[in-house]
Amino acid sequence: MYKYIIRRILVFIPMLFALTVIVFTLAQLAPGDALTGQSLADPNVDPEVYEQQREALGLNDPLPVQYWHWVSSAAQGDFGDSLVFNGRTVMDLIEARFANTLYLGLFSLFITIIVSIPIGIYSARRPYSLLDYGATGFGFLGLAIPNFFFGLIAIYFLSIQLGWFPAQGTLSSPGAAGFGSFLDRLHHMVLPGITLGLAGTATYMRYMRSEVLDVLGSDYIRTARAKGMTENSVLYKHTLRNALIPIITLMGFEIGVLLSGAVITEQVFQYPGLGTLFISSVTNRDFPVVMAIALILGVLILIGNLLADIFYSIVDPRIRYD
Amino acid sequence: MQSNSQETLSTHPEMEPREEQKKSKSPFQLALRRFMKNKLAVISVFVLLTITTTCALAPLFTDLDPERTNLLLIEQGPSDEHILGTNGQGQDNFARLLYGGRISLIVGFSAMFFTLAIGVILGSISGYYGGKIDGVIMRAADIMLMLPFLVLALTIIAIIEELTIPLFITIIALTSWPNLTRIIRGTYLSLREQEFVLGARAIGASDIRIIFRHFIPNAIGPIIVNATLMMATYIIIEAGLSFIGFGIPQPTPSWGNMISEAMNVRILREHPEAWVPPGLAIFITVLSINFIGDGLRDAFDPKSKER
Repeated sequence: MYKYIIRRILVFIPMLFALTVIVFTLAQLAPGDALTGQSLADPNVDPEVYEQQREALGLNDPLPVQYWHWVSSAAQGDFGDSLVFNGRTVMDLIEARFANTLYLGLFSLFITIIVSIPIGIYSARRPYSLLDYGATGFGFLGLAIPNFFFGLIAIYFLSIQLGWFPAQGTLSSPGAAGFGSFLDRLHHMVLPGITLGLAGTATYMRYMRSEVLDVLGSDYIRTARAKGMTENSVLYKHTLRNALIPIITLMGFEIGVLLSGAVITEQVFQYPGLGTLFISSVTNRDFPVVMAIALILGVLILIGNLLADIFYSIVDPRIRYD
Repeated sequence: MQSNSQETLSTHPEMEPREEQKKSKSPFQLALRRFMKNKLAVISVFVLLTITTTCALAPLFTDLDPERTNLLLIEQGPSDEHILGTNGQGQDNFARLLYGGRISLIVGFSAMFFTLAIGVILGSISGYYGGKIDGVIMRAADIMLMLPFLVLALTIIAIIEELTIPLFITIIALTSWPNLTRIIRGTYLSLREQEFVLGARAIGASDIRIIFRHFIPNAIGPIIVNATLMMATYIIIEAGLSFIGFGIPQPTPSWGNMISEAMNVRILREHPEAWVPPGLAIFITVLSINFIGDGLRDAFDPKSKER
């Protein structure tokens, strides 16, 4: 197992390298200086000044040198300056938004878990019951409805018609602090959180159902029942522990889906997170910000996958690695 | 579970003995018969065909030009001439719904076909030859999978100044080929070890012949099922990108860019007839494609039918 974990971490390094090379290549293809965000003089006006500036910024260096400069400063959190917001660094812009996306992602994951896992267990224990059919139907609907359309319908009914939840933003009064402001923040996150979590809820529910069904049919459950364990301890001690393993692993891999979904969901609710920043940067061709967000999200996904793999190897000793 | 796998060992589990004497059915015919028994899937085929023909024959249902703007008639409610009203540029919503459906379906279908071509070619090379080339293709697939799809697609769209529909389809296909490639490779890996392949090789069949005559027909089930489900995903992706303004460019209608009208709070609140129909159209289309995909999965692989 330890051998596997070490090997898995060693695989992480070339993947990280590949990710940075892809982002660097995309940045080279983008017009202007996409990595430091320094604006240059117009080459048509004074070629000499233009050349001097390029030289000073290191844009005439060979590509590997430029790559190294970029990676080493990015590792320290320096992604250069924004092209659009004068005088603001990319890190500054991202910092303000990052926490919001993190809260939204965690909140939506929380909703997903408390809804999908109990329903999945119930469906597996009472297959072909009314609730099981209902859950299956919901699973199909949840995967077929585009999340932005669901978000708009939620705004239309729950926010505009009924006025229960705010349609956009994170806080009603920005200056407030304390517990009231925490509740206000949660109140603002309800609709985007549900919207973002919808597809995940549908997916996990189906997985959970088939995992529990699988485990309930296995020999060790029959043994546990045979030796007279109560149904509750069969369910919670033996079944759930085993059925939850693949679900938790799945969450590690689904982090990319969640982050991609956040880009569109945040746009629907005008939620000030990384997603809306990313879209406005793409619109304004603010390439330093675009590249930095692409890199950060890529690294988050890599780490998610790594943790999922390591977790799996720790909790499930049955799998062998050659 | 165990009795189930026993059953599938016999080649034609569902065939009645009377028919066997007359004429044996091909696996494809058997799959078709199993598919026809799945009511939900058959109904979905009809629904999808209805939507497709309605959009394809759009000029029969409306005389209006979906791209023609009329600044004197913007954001109108439903009327006799404009059944679903008009949008912010005075374009007729009903005409846009029908013509937009053409675009959404064509984009979904072409992107699926493009991905299928990439997947079959790379998956065949990877799964058939194995070794170093397999390693290279699979590592490339790993790298593509770790990038968040939407972020990668948007970054490329930001770099490209002018986005056209063929370019859009290409970007979608080039950023999402790994899943299908992996699935095809996976089925090949198990086929490679089977005796009939050894037999084919022994009588001197070429690699191309083995791939096209033996591998692809044997892997056709998973290929068709996953391609079908992929089309549904692509329709949602097109809608999502068009919704945030980086998909099908105006004035061309698509279901996604019709919904983006609802980003205007006034239209969201006062004109649900403008943005709900395209959303429902996507929903129904994707739902029927998913049902068809599920039906195909059960038809090609009776083992998978757990419920």
